[in-house]
Amino acid sequence: MRVPLSWLREYAQVPADAAEVARRLTAAGLEVESAEPVGHDIGGVVVAQVLSIEELTGTRKPIRYCRVAASRRQLDEAPAGASAVICGATNFAVGDRVALALPGAVLPGGVEIGTRKTYGHLSEGMICSAVELAAGDEYAGILVLPPDAPLGEDFASYAGLRDEVLDIAVTPDRGYAVSVRGLARELATAFAVPFTDPADAGLPGPGVLGGPLDHAGPDVWPASIADPTACDRFVLREVRGFSAEAPTPLWLQVRLARSGVRAVSLAVDVTNYLMLELGQPLHAFDRSKLSGEIVVRRARPGERLETLDHVARTLDPDDILITDSSGPISMAGTMGGLATEIDQASTDLVIEAAHFSAEGTAKMSRRHRLHTEASYRFERGVDRELPLRASAKAVAMLASLGGGRVVPGAIHVSVDVPPVLISMAAHYPDRVAGVAYGRDTVVRRLREVGCAVRETRIPAPTVAPWRASPPEPPELSELSELSEPSEPSEPPAQVPVSALEVTPPSWRSDLTDPADLAEEVIRLEGYADIPVRMPRALAGRGLTRRQRLRGSVGRALAETGYVEVLSSPFGSGADADLLGLPPEDLRRNAAAVANPLADDEPLLRTTMLPGLFRVLARNIGLGFADVALFETGLVFRPRPGAPDSAPILPVDRAPTVAELASLEAALPDQPLRLAAVLAGARELDGWWGAGRPASWADAVQAARAVARACRVPLDIRAERYPPWHPGRCAAIYARVAAEPGDGSGNGSGNGGPRQWLAGHAGELDPRVVGAFGLPARTCAVELDLSVLLTAADGIGPVQAPQLSTYPLATQDVALVVGADVPAAAVESALVAGAGDLLEDLRLFDVYTGSQVGERRKSLAYTLRFRAPDRTLTVAETTAARDAAVAEAARRTGAVPRS
Amino acid sequence: MSAQAEQDPTAPDEVARALADALADIAAAGTLGELKAARVAHDGDRAPLALASAHIGALPGAERAEAGRRVGAARARLREALRARQAELEAERDRQVLLTETADVTLPGGRVLPGARHPVTMLADRLSDVFVAMGYEVAEGPEVEAEWYNFDALNIPPDHPAREMQDTLFIAGKNGTSASGIVLRTHTSPVQIRSMLTRPLPLYVVSPGKCFRNEALDATHSPVFHQIEGLAVDEGLTMADLRGAIQAFVEAMFGEGLRTRFRPDYFPFTEPSGDVAMECHVCRGASAEPGGDPCRVCKSQGWIEIAGCGMVNPRVLVACGIDPDRYTGFAFGLGIERGLMIAHGVTDIRDTMEGDVRFSRAFGTEI
Ligand SMILES: [Zn+2]
Repeated sequence: MRVPLSWLREYAQVPADAAEVARRLTAAGLEVESAEPVGHDIGGVVVAQVLSIEELTGTRKPIRYCRVAASRRQLDEAPAGASAVICGATNFAVGDRVALALPGAVLPGGVEIGTRKTYGHLSEGMICSAVELAAGDEYAGILVLPPDAPLGEDFASYAGLRDEVLDIAVTPDRGYAVSVRGLARELATAFAVPFTDPADAGLPGPGVLGGPLDHAGPDVWPASIADPTACDRFVLREVRGFSAEAPTPLWLQVRLARSGVRAVSLAVDVTNYLMLELGQPLHAFDRSKLSGEIVVRRARPGERLETLDHVARTLDPDDILITDSSGPISMAGTMGGLATEIDQASTDLVIEAAHFSAEGTAKMSRRHRLHTEASYRFERGVDRELPLRASAKAVAMLASLGGGRVVPGAIHVSVDVPPVLISMAAHYPDRVAGVAYGRDTVVRRLREVGCAVRETRIPAPTVAPWRASPPEPPELSELSELSEPSEPSEPPAQVPVSALEVTPPSWRSDLTDPADLAEEVIRLEGYADIPVRMPRALAGRGLTRRQRLRGSVGRALAETGYVEVLSSPFGSGADADLLGLPPEDLRRNAAAVANPLADDEPLLRTTMLPGLFRVLARNIGLGFADVALFETGLVFRPRPGAPDSAPILPVDRAPTVAELASLEAALPDQPLRLAAVLAGARELDGWWGAGRPASWADAVQAARAVARACRVPLDIRAERYPPWHPGRCAAIYARVAAEPGDGSGNGSGNGGPRQWLAGHAGELDPRVVGAFGLPARTCAVELDLSVLLTAADGIGPVQAPQLSTYPLATQDVALVVGADVPAAAVESALVAGAGDLLEDLRLFDVYTGSQVGERRKSLAYTLRFRAPDRTLTVAETTAARDAAVAEAARRTGAVPRS
Repeated sequence: MSAQAEQDPTAPDEVARALADALADIAAAGTLGELKAARVAHDGDRAPLALASAHIGALPGAERAEAGRRVGAARARLREALRARQAELEAERDRQVLLTETADVTLPGGRVLPGARHPVTMLADRLSDVFVAMGYEVAEGPEVEAEWYNFDALNIPPDHPAREMQDTLFIAGKNGTSASGIVLRTHTSPVQIRSMLTRPLPLYVVSPGKCFRNEALDATHSPVFHQIEGLAVDEGLTMADLRGAIQAFVEAMFGEGLRTRFRPDYFPFTEPSGDVAMECHVCRGASAEPGGDPCRVCKSQGWIEIAGCGMVNPRVLVACGIDPDRYTGFAFGLGIERGLMIAHGVTDIRDTMEGDVRFSRAFGTEI
């Protein structure tokens, strides 16, 4: 909220400059974002009187050549000595008082005014408009001052232009502070000076209102409340014989402008002014456009209203309306209707001041995307005791400034609202802050806030009196399945301290709980004075294994040349087509955002790849052709048969296990994925020789590196899976022990180890490469880290190897197999056949060519044997090698190469 | 008899001359080949000293011992000289070989381009590490989250203006509306709720993670961003403990002795609520003093706002089944991207989201 400091000073006379005001308000929780000096740079502008006007001819637009007196002497000696000024405005007459910038004057923003020759005359200064003086925000000709404006007086002083404008970020809980009244109260408290409540000060008396404040007015337009949940107080007052032409006084214009509110007309300006000052939104109807009793009610199906912004709105049955016999005439606390708007011909005004439901106005303004100064305040809570006062001030101001007559009394409809009473242990703020304030301080601070405080001897029952009764015993036992059983709750200790029975003031609807009261005490005492108590060391268990492994995976890839990036998790339905996914592919089933950031990207990713492809393309576009990227993140897979929506559970107790399960069931599955893409050279050309392009093998190797970091053994098989190249796609399976896990993966029978599909790696299908505009032979891997980490959970601690120091014996074998026999199959056969003496084996050559025959290949291995307890004989190692070859022959048809 | 026959090769003059000749040739040998020739000439079977040695037996008995010692000493000196020169010349030969193998060791590396981790990941890990060292555990939760977790349980009622503060991305229900009760989480606070519902008390957790808001991307705002939040629920926790936790964190991250400033603020899930600023770790507040040099990091404010925080609202505890008459809690939240801006000079948040390899590479593998 923007507010001139001079306005606040009117109600809290603080002995401090703007900087100190800003500091103390901020310390109290009203963050002053800026304190901007305004008007201090204005100089040389004086109140002057127009002596003569000569309309120049032959100009494109009307131009006046005027003589203006800037002092009594000049007036008396006129025309000699008076300034001659050229002026382009025509809204003034001889005898009017105006603001004259003399040669040498400075206007806001440092604009200097000099003597200049224009339209064939010498112009000695400038007659100013409100905009030029930063005293208004809209150009409406030059500023014509009241006839009693003192001639020759410094205009900035006269109009009170020298000021500071505070811009205060009011948090949404502090509705009362969206007003001069609320801010001045805070300021008075912060400086411990008296506060004058503008809701009480300057109220019109019976002479104006025809009786006391709540005096009923039989002649005032009738009104009633049909829905007490929508509105609990509704006040109407009337002014008749008002002159719509009457100007808004300069001081009021200046305050509105400084507060960032546009001047419109006297009637609107007065209601806005009082809204700014008191926080009570007001609405003025043209009495001649009303028909029948005004009723506050909810909308009926099909009702429509054209609002002041010329939008015809279809109303929702939940909307709160002001209606008359013609139907809706205003959206309560949000925006008035066009048909009953006051205009230049309006003479009889009906002023509405009401207290509408905060929730109701919030819903309505959100539903209609109609956020106004009024709805902003009602959403945050308006003082229920203001309508009678604010409306009284309004009619009195309108009558005195607009020349009308106040109709005696008011229509005042009110619904009884039970008072809020908060019972709080007197030492509760001390317990929250860790500071011993003491009861007296607590009581004093609460009273400064405006609370009525009564001290009792009965201990406050609880800090959460609104809590629902504890759950039924069966639910308690259910809950204990979910969480570690906690110790049974002890009854709260009966501390022999007094309780405070606190009634918050009518303007503090945000104060409902002891915690709210504690915050008031603590912030007014000062957050700065809360001590710093350094933490004791706790018995934490450190990162979980899954968390540690995730770090290892990221480091493993980074250390082999992959650059981690973050890509957008949003995508379009076209991505699935670009990936070449078949119609039934589960990756086509994506969650959609109802209000997406970009209309063409409404879907949440089901695979990491399209996002990474776009990042890859972006980097290549920036000139980085040799790139290896990776990302870890969640993908979102709606669960088949999930409910339409997640329920909104109660909050006055813990949810039951069944209730929590109903939330989880509605959420998509969100596995953690890792994906990497490679393009260009994996090894660069250089002085060391030729490099080599990234290939499917690098993608598979990345999968191996990830699995190795997780210590999960893999099985790699050739499979076809879009978007990979059908002949260069490896399916990555995690090998898991038989017993653990709830087996989400493809089990391979009972007993032996099982395999879970963990992802795919290889070269991308050329069509996909083309569709995403990627370089030829781009490779990719996508792994389900959740699967790998779960597989890792089943793996026990590393068992140290037994290191034999007996000599190594090596045997090389070359085996010829069919071209389509996977090397992995040959290798596992060799391992199985060689037995325990095999220390390791390595494929050192793959040969295809005429020597081994068509559609055959030769695989050459080195087998390394070693025994734990003896030196192996040649016969032993040869026997082991032969057994390995025999097993390879049996499983894969391998033939030793001759 | 010839004159030669008359000369005694074992005579002192003869022996001395033969040795002098030999030492001169050895010293003059510049290569191993020349040294070999000198060895043959002076230590071979026909060399003067060898002949002298052979002549000893022909000497009269009385002279033999003397002549033997003389010739023996000369031959010993000769061999020592040969050995020493041999070693010198071999060392020289080896040195020459190594010189020819000289390489330019300043040639660039970079056969494989360097990889890197993303600074958001690394800073999240680093921040987690600080809290793990303080005994906190790391908790995680889903990014697509039930509204109840994201709002209601956190005391953000359906029509409260606080929901408006967080422009929410809603997951479409079956009919395409936003009434699915499911959102992209707007903060990591739902993880607090999940932690309180599932973990034993007392509870000390931090939750780093990705969050989403429906706001336009610019230099300082991103619709996708990262937070880390801390939550402590225990008996007897006060705002002084909250300040202590944040103070300990600031000192661990930014340096010993940095002061923190605590001001009121508003968050629905904490009451009382506050925001914390720390003394600028670069200028230590000097830039805000009159005449101080400007500071880019704190924009010459002297303070840097780092965290929102507060005491867990008792309403939140109740929604999680925790007795607020017995337990109190505090919570705090920091923006990871903001942390990068403060600690690493990131000036445009878009750099963290657009995947430019230059950005990640600059940070390497440890932040
Ligand atoms: Zn600084």
